[in-house]
Amino acid sequence: MALQKRRFDTLIIGAGGAGLNAALQLANASLGVAVVSKVFPTRSHTVAAQGGVNAALGNVLPDNWHWHMFDTVKGSDYLGDQDAIEFMCREAIPTVYELEHNGVPFSRLDNGTIYQRAFGAQSQNFGGDQAARTCAAADRTGHAILHTLYQQNLRARTHFFDEYFAIDLIRDDEGAILGALILDIESGEPLLIEAKTTLIATGGCGQVYRTTSNAHINTGDGMAMALRAGVPLMDMEFFQFHPTGIAGKGLLITEGVRGEGGYLINSLGERFMERYAPNAKDLASRDVVSRSIITEVKEGRGCGPRKDHVLLKVDHLGEELVAKRLPGIRESARIFAGVDPAREPIPVFPTAHYVMGGIPTDRYGQVVSPARHGPEEVIPGLYAAGECACASVHGANRLGGNSLLDILVFGRAAGKQIIDYVRDNPNHRPLNQASVEQAMARLTRWEQKGEGLSVAELRGELRKVMEDHAGVFRTEEIMQEGVELLKEVRGKLAEVRLSDQSKAFNTARIEALELENLIDTGMAIAVSAQARQESRGAHSRPDYPKRDDANWLKHSLYFQQDERMDFKPVRTKPLSVQSFPPKERVY
Amino acid sequence: MTMKFRIYRYNPDIDAEPRMQDYEVETERGMMLRDALLTIKAMDESFSFRHSCGEGVCGSDAVNVNGSNKLACVTPLSELKAPIEVRPLPGRPVVRDLVVDMSQFYAQYKKVDPWLKRSDPLPEQEIRQSPAQRDKLDGLYECILCGCCSTSCPSFWWNPEKFLGPQALLTACRFLADSRDQAQSERLDALEGPYKLFRCHSIMNCVEACPKNLNPTKAIGHIKQLMLKDAL
Repeated sequence: MALQKRRFDTLIIGAGGAGLNAALQLANASLGVAVVSKVFPTRSHTVAAQGGVNAALGNVLPDNWHWHMFDTVKGSDYLGDQDAIEFMCREAIPTVYELEHNGVPFSRLDNGTIYQRAFGAQSQNFGGDQAARTCAAADRTGHAILHTLYQQNLRARTHFFDEYFAIDLIRDDEGAILGALILDIESGEPLLIEAKTTLIATGGCGQVYRTTSNAHINTGDGMAMALRAGVPLMDMEFFQFHPTGIAGKGLLITEGVRGEGGYLINSLGERFMERYAPNAKDLASRDVVSRSIITEVKEGRGCGPRKDHVLLKVDHLGEELVAKRLPGIRESARIFAGVDPAREPIPVFPTAHYVMGGIPTDRYGQVVSPARHGPEEVIPGLYAAGECACASVHGANRLGGNSLLDILVFGRAAGKQIIDYVRDNPNHRPLNQASVEQAMARLTRWEQKGEGLSVAELRGELRKVMEDHAGVFRTEEIMQEGVELLKEVRGKLAEVRLSDQSKAFNTARIEALELENLIDTGMAIAVSAQARQESRGAHSRPDYPKRDDANWLKHSLYFQQDERMDFKPVRTKPLSVQSFPPKERVY
Repeated sequence: MTMKFRIYRYNPDIDAEPRMQDYEVETERGMMLRDALLTIKAMDESFSFRHSCGEGVCGSDAVNVNGSNKLACVTPLSELKAPIEVRPLPGRPVVRDLVVDMSQFYAQYKKVDPWLKRSDPLPEQEIRQSPAQRDKLDGLYECILCGCCSTSCPSFWWNPEKFLGPQALLTACRFLADSRDQAQSERLDALEGPYKLFRCHSIMNCVEACPKNLNPTKAIGHIKQLMLKDAL
């Protein structure tokens, strides 16, 4: 049977906050937009974001984007690009108002404006008093935003391909991206989507770890597709561990709980964060809190029979506040930890949460990669936004409340930029058959029959290696061993066979394709982590305990071919204000 | 402890008709139904079901368990009586195993124009809404489109094309209740007729089935009241 083909102006892979916000700009401009999503759009993991989205609206306390910018640069441990950070913090304000106009049910203050709560590492006046900057719809902000964006896309008549899995990007000999080969999960049939522009917005890859706040679907698909198309991944060593996952389960208890006044205690009942961050205490940046918790547990002050977690105390806040502002986490804590936070503390431990690196882009969402003329050459027709992308606003550590912001601002910016690109490049480029065949081969590889390893077995092995060798604390020896073990895991992929070859909604086949993506992204994390010989933000090396600006104030770039590392400078010059030079980071 | 599961299996590529397959799963304290389904998947990769977030917010893993619709990821095994019988959501065509075709459900959702409609120009900043006005959305906006309610509703089983079903009506109410929306009359007019809204016979299966503790029956009653007011 001949391969089915469809043509659109733009192909968007992924229907989370970034993909849908981009799609909305494009559909509103009457461009032909196809959104391909492996799950129904409102199942995208943006739905799980709890605490809120930052914007210096100044609704509760005085605020401005310049202070927000300072906190983001400092939060990034000075590895964020300051032009992109300035852009994001300024754009935060119109972006949040646009969301509100689109119908997001934000919680409200008495005067009718959007409710804003305190979040970690956010200050007034460049490091002064705590700021209230995080705009929230109770503790279901991601849900409220994702559903609203989906609804607006229905109004704008975006073309959705629900439950289609993207196999690989299609590109020509000049490196331009021509669309992607996708798979209809229900029928098992492939479909080629040709597009003038392709936006990758597939989200994170937390499923490389065993204990994660991420959904089953967060398997790094877009990042791995980019790697296979020759695009490097940037700053992948900076994987954020969120301090407060439910112990043993991984699912998240939002930082908003601490923002509302919750705090951490060890087995002695001591508020230990006062020792690690005397000023910000429980609202220090997430990397600081995660390391403190792990240190407490390692030094024997953990709670529970196995002394393997700490406690998040909320009951002093009163039942009314918990019910009003934290209904979602109350539900999660009851179901998964068996405690009612309005009465008892919640057992918590750091959980793999958010990848700060990803596909390198400029602040318009265009993918940039070192090529003939410089370190940041635009790849024609390729865009990326959201967690899978790296516009470099998070640097070495993400400021809480900035992830929803990142995906929404850069999704929106990419959408706007694509409108211009399609106007200037109105024709589809000729299709490259060789690239299509390569993508088809990736699919048909799973038709090999016979005995072999199972997907579940090898995935388990991968996750154990990642947890043991690329977790919160990493030494040279551990990393070295980890990379070797990962190479073994990758080698074994050829031995994996599917026992189920049927076409109808074959989730085993999808999981096999996802496993390959997980291995590719896991390798990028481990190799990049081994390369960086310093401790900065979320990357913590006991063998190199200090931040080393002289040698490492630079972005890492991991290329899949030959497992090669390259580096490029951090853009320290903002757009319109003075640069924030690196300083010792204390909270 | 081992627990017995009876799982609905159907693969249109292979099976002439559906069958029930038994599995025994080694369970641990605190396990959810989804964990058991994942264990079964690891034993038998030909078994298909949808799931994702694992914490009751994405709505993927709605299934019928011992006769009730539930989200597998937030249903503790300790609350279920063995043998645990797991079937696809009722009344929908089965794609494979526990995976059902939800297109009718989504079509009804789209029919209520689930987006904010305004005729006034937008302000430069937010459209102001008092806390009391915002409180009216509580209990209406939290829906995760899992489908537990509509697929447990006899009226939706009999008339899935004509009766909008509890989910779509809850969503209709969410926009009717939003002080920022300016299309109330238009929305109410669109719900007129014997089927779309009025096929709800207040059986209240939807209320029992909703994993987010929402109350579509109450929302439907509220819409009826608004219609009455609008007509006067």
